[in-house]
Amino acid sequence: MTQTRLLDVDGSEIRNTDNERWWSVADDLTDEQHVEMLRSMVLTRAFDTEAGNLQRQGKLGLWVPSIGQEGGQAGVAFAMRDQDTLFPSYREHLMVHQRGVRFEQIVDIFRGATHGGWDPAETRGARLYSLVIGTQSLHATGYAMGVRFDGASGTGDPEADEAVVVCYGDGASSQGDASEALIFAASYEAPVLFMVQNNKWAISVPSSVQSRTSLAQRASGFGVSAASVDGNDALASYVVSRAMLDAARSENAPQYLELDTYRIGAHTTSDDPTKYRSSDELESWKRRDPIERMRGFLRARGIGDDVFSAIDTEAKDVAAEIRRHTLGASTPSSDEIFDFVYTDANASLEEQKLALARFEASFGGDE
Amino acid sequence: MTEQLPIAKALNLAMRDAMAADDSVLLMGEDIGDLGGVFRVTDGLKAEFGTGRVLDTPLAEAGIIGTAIGLAMRGYRPVCEIQFDGFVYPGFDQIVSQLAKMTNRHRGRQAFPVVVRIPHGGHIGAVEHHQESPEGYFAHTSGLRVVAPSTANDAYWMMRQAIESNDPVIFMEPKAKYWAKGEVSTEGAQYALHESVVAKQGTDVTLIGHSAMVHVLMQAAAIAENEGVSCEVVDVRSLSPLDYEPLVESLRKTGRCVVAQEAPGHVSLGSEIAATLQERCFYSLEAPVMRVSGFDAPFPPAQLEAVYLPDADRVLDAVDRVMAY
Ligand SMILES: Cc1ncc(C[n+]2csc(CCOP(=O)(O)OP(=O)(O)O)c2C)c(N)n1
Ligand SMILES: [Mg+2]
Repeated sequence: MTQTRLLDVDGSEIRNTDNERWWSVADDLTDEQHVEMLRSMVLTRAFDTEAGNLQRQGKLGLWVPSIGQEGGQAGVAFAMRDQDTLFPSYREHLMVHQRGVRFEQIVDIFRGATHGGWDPAETRGARLYSLVIGTQSLHATGYAMGVRFDGASGTGDPEADEAVVVCYGDGASSQGDASEALIFAASYEAPVLFMVQNNKWAISVPSSVQSRTSLAQRASGFGVSAASVDGNDALASYVVSRAMLDAARSENAPQYLELDTYRIGAHTTSDDPTKYRSSDELESWKRRDPIERMRGFLRARGIGDDVFSAIDTEAKDVAAEIRRHTLGASTPSSDEIFDFVYTDANASLEEQKLALARFEASFGGDE
Repeated sequence: MTEQLPIAKALNLAMRDAMAADDSVLLMGEDIGDLGGVFRVTDGLKAEFGTGRVLDTPLAEAGIIGTAIGLAMRGYRPVCEIQFDGFVYPGFDQIVSQLAKMTNRHRGRQAFPVVVRIPHGGHIGAVEHHQESPEGYFAHTSGLRVVAPSTANDAYWMMRQAIESNDPVIFMEPKAKYWAKGEVSTEGAQYALHESVVAKQGTDVTLIGHSAMVHVLMQAAAIAENEGVSCEVVDVRSLSPLDYEPLVESLRKTGRCVVAQEAPGHVSLGSEIAATLQERCFYSLEAPVMRVSGFDAPFPPAQLEAVYLPDADRVLDAVDRVMAY
């Protein structure tokens, strides 16, 4: 399967017969849109880097860096339409933020204050992070089945028809849930895009252990249309996913997009990648950085340094703001343990809550 | 309307009435369409409501539960059929780590009204994996409601209430009693979904059980009565939450108690009930709370099921033991 790429690693345009139909879409994007994409990548990286720092300083229990994967994430996030729904994995900081999740809400998960922390009704359909690998592929597929049952897709009006994006990784592609999701999506003609970021590693296990074919190739066996893009090329990721999402929404045809990318950081802050991958490999991927590529492209289009430095200034503010939030944030009330187990009161939990209060009061504390 | 119905038909009628009342109710499962399920519990519903409401799904339990979760996020109320007790495990993660925790993860901002129907228990002489009682796993899982009717009227009303619940409900069906008839009144519910109910009054010993076991307890109580021992039978219709009031009240009266279940006894619902009752009724107890369970071994080949499953004789043996104190 050929991989679509529009920008070379330095941001210069690659135009050939293979990608000219994609350029015809990309050429319609305005520089304002390009700059917005760059901005989302730069701000996310600043946030991500500062969250990593906060973890090292003991302020977060764990951090999951997305550095290096911002290109594909920006492409697909910008390709999504307002009415769409996003089922992230746990590394899609840019994507959920783009839909309306505040960076603070992401950090609250990793400082141990919440398992979720946002309401999808307030985040333009960005659902919660999902930590059990692959599970969300089924939730997204079920949701997309519901979209179709509602008649909210397939009318042919891309401004109204809904589509669903679900994110998972090369490791997740081996899970039974991921295969079952493809089966259900195909059988029920669900308007869902499987956005698979092949970042080459599932913690320490290389993607060659998960699959000996490209992941995109697998999808055809399920009867799902598939494509492959350079996931560090935001522009290519945008045009291809835009078309696939519109096919999903208009034709109720599930889609599978493999994004070829790389996890520059550790799997999480608990990981030590020097134990399993070479610095040569890492360096070669650093030279393919999605942000530098977009910047190169924009520079060539005559975007001035003032634009870049304004974004950089904003990025510093984002970092400072997340630091301020994290250092000032409070501990959740112990009521959080009991209050949301069921949608209404549960006698046994109420008793346990009371017993805890009585126990705490027995120390004679200042109530 | 009041009529005599077997439990399977009462369940069928409940789903039909729920689907007629609410368009968001969907049925999902393997072979539940034209075949009506391997036990015919969904018989005729596809013909009546169409393929958009009754989904013959791919053969994948995680897929069924996982997509039901997504459908619930979209506003649907899916009712999923698991074909047999022993086949729920491929969907276990989607039930215990996803469905059960979703409301909590969303801090109560989204409801997950999914019903998972599981025909369970022995006495049907089937091959391996077709006669188990996995309800303890689910009752152990916070966020799930777990119920188990034993009568046709309860089958009808508890299914209606389960479908109306905004929380996930694991609905254990007494498959050995699917064709046992009882009076069903569709006029109004007699009990709330999670009430324990005294099925038969008595004064000497309290017998506690759920689902098909209640029928065994009633049989044991009748035999004991002839021997001069008066048994009260309490039907624990809901395993989570578990309504202890009627159990405690009964035990304060009788002072003696036998808890019976088909599942292995080790770390079981029966153990939990026994522990709670001794905490709450210590001064009323005349004898230790006894448990009668399946053995701590895999469910045996069908020719041995009668040995493995507690029957009236094993219950009566325990009654003799508590009466000896
Ligand atoms: C079911 C399950 N098994 C194991 C884990 C532990 N785990 C967390 S992330 C991960 C690797 C996932 O790799 P991939 O799907 O490629 O995503 P990536 O982390 O590279 O974004 C593993 C093994 C888990 N979260 N869930
Ligand atoms: Mg990976």
